[in-house]
Amino acid sequence: MHSDLVISQSDGRPMYLQIMEQIKQRVAVGEWARGDEIPSIRQLAVALRVSVITVKRAYLELEREGVIVTQHGKGSMVAPDPDLSPRLYEQELAEHIDQAARLGTLLGLRTEELTSRLKRAAQRLIKEHV
Amino acid sequence: MNSISVRFEGVSKHYPHFTLDNIGFELPTGSILGFIGPNGAGKSTTIRILMGLIHQDQGAVHVLGRSMPAEQAAAKMDIGFVSEDMRLYAAATVGWHMEFIQSIYPRWDQSYAASLLQRFDLKPQQRIRGLSHGQRVKAALLLALARRPRLLVLDEPTTGLDPVARQEVLGELMAVLADEERTILFSSHNTLDVEQISDQIVFIDRGRIIDADDKESFLDRWRRLRLVLSQDAVLPRFSGIVDVAGSGLLPVLTTNCFEPRMISECQEMGATVQAVDTMTLEEIFVANVQSRRGGKLV
Repeated sequence: MHSDLVISQSDGRPMYLQIMEQIKQRVAVGEWARGDEIPSIRQLAVALRVSVITVKRAYLELEREGVIVTQHGKGSMVAPDPDLSPRLYEQELAEHIDQAARLGTLLGLRTEELTSRLKRAAQRLIKEHV
Repeated sequence: MNSISVRFEGVSKHYPHFTLDNIGFELPTGSILGFIGPNGAGKSTTIRILMGLIHQDQGAVHVLGRSMPAEQAAAKMDIGFVSEDMRLYAAATVGWHMEFIQSIYPRWDQSYAASLLQRFDLKPQQRIRGLSHGQRVKAALLLALARRPRLLVLDEPTTGLDPVARQEVLGELMAVLADEERTILFSSHNTLDVEQISDQIVFIDRGRIIDADDKESFLDRWRRLRLVLSQDAVLPRFSGIVDVAGSGLLPVLTTNCFEPRMISECQEMGATVQAVDTMTLEEIFVANVQSRRGGKLV
């Protein structure tokens, strides 16, 4: 399988998180299908030109989250879990809501203001898609 | 199989104006170790001891299971070494050097050498005299890589290279690691290169190792906490704070053993945690050197 993940050096987040996120997106959109074999840790490290230990960490965390499974001697593959994509988005949503709440606090917004702004954003998005 | 490719134990070397003091580290087979230090820190001296070019006063050095410097001749058949001050014959061509190295090392891989020539944009008929600095570095690297050594030792391999050449070189180094029996040790003061491809990192300053860990642990341990204090709040204090910067009400704490509990501890002491910043290897290195030199380490 060709791995065309793109790692950014100006992205403030650690490289292993970027690798995790991009693999999750591949899985979420179905480019990496359930049960598909994925590159070995070493293959991906060479392709991305990043440390083996960084890719290893990303794979370990992805395993812990149930996105991929690793079998001894057989390499890694996308988990056969059917609820995978909604769960990935669920987690991403939770992270973004936390972030929005944090920024809101920094700006001194009241909780009601924060919720009404989220509501407006959601309505705008729905209107754009109609 | 020996799972440790390089082992230094209590290695010291004394010069009138410089001492390499009690150097100890291990490099597991199949990984890359990045050796970071300011100029004059002792990186090259350590590498020369590793290669048997300088003999240590004290301590043991094992490379690929052989004791250095006693068994250096045997060890060197399996080590590829490139250093900044390595001289190729100015009047000879790249191709002449390739044939010369091939005649010495039986494992020379001609088809790999040919593909490296292409990727490094070098021609066999070019004389060394006519090459730019970057081309010479790439030629020296080609001569080392095509021998397919089990251990590559590179002293500042990316210094003076343009960004394209640097990425080519880093790419070739990573390609070597596709084979998990091969190992690389390289020194650099370019922390970006080290951060990108190293598994293990050793910081050296003024002849001593000041910190050593695997890269992921390094990046996990170090954080900057940006706090907002109210007028009457006291600055939170706990172990592992290596630096306090910023202003009185907006302090920035740097820690080398971050744990999430620190955030709640700050909040309990009446401080608001505005942000918890990750740090680049460069920031970690500079903070590390400054705190050790200033003796500020708590």
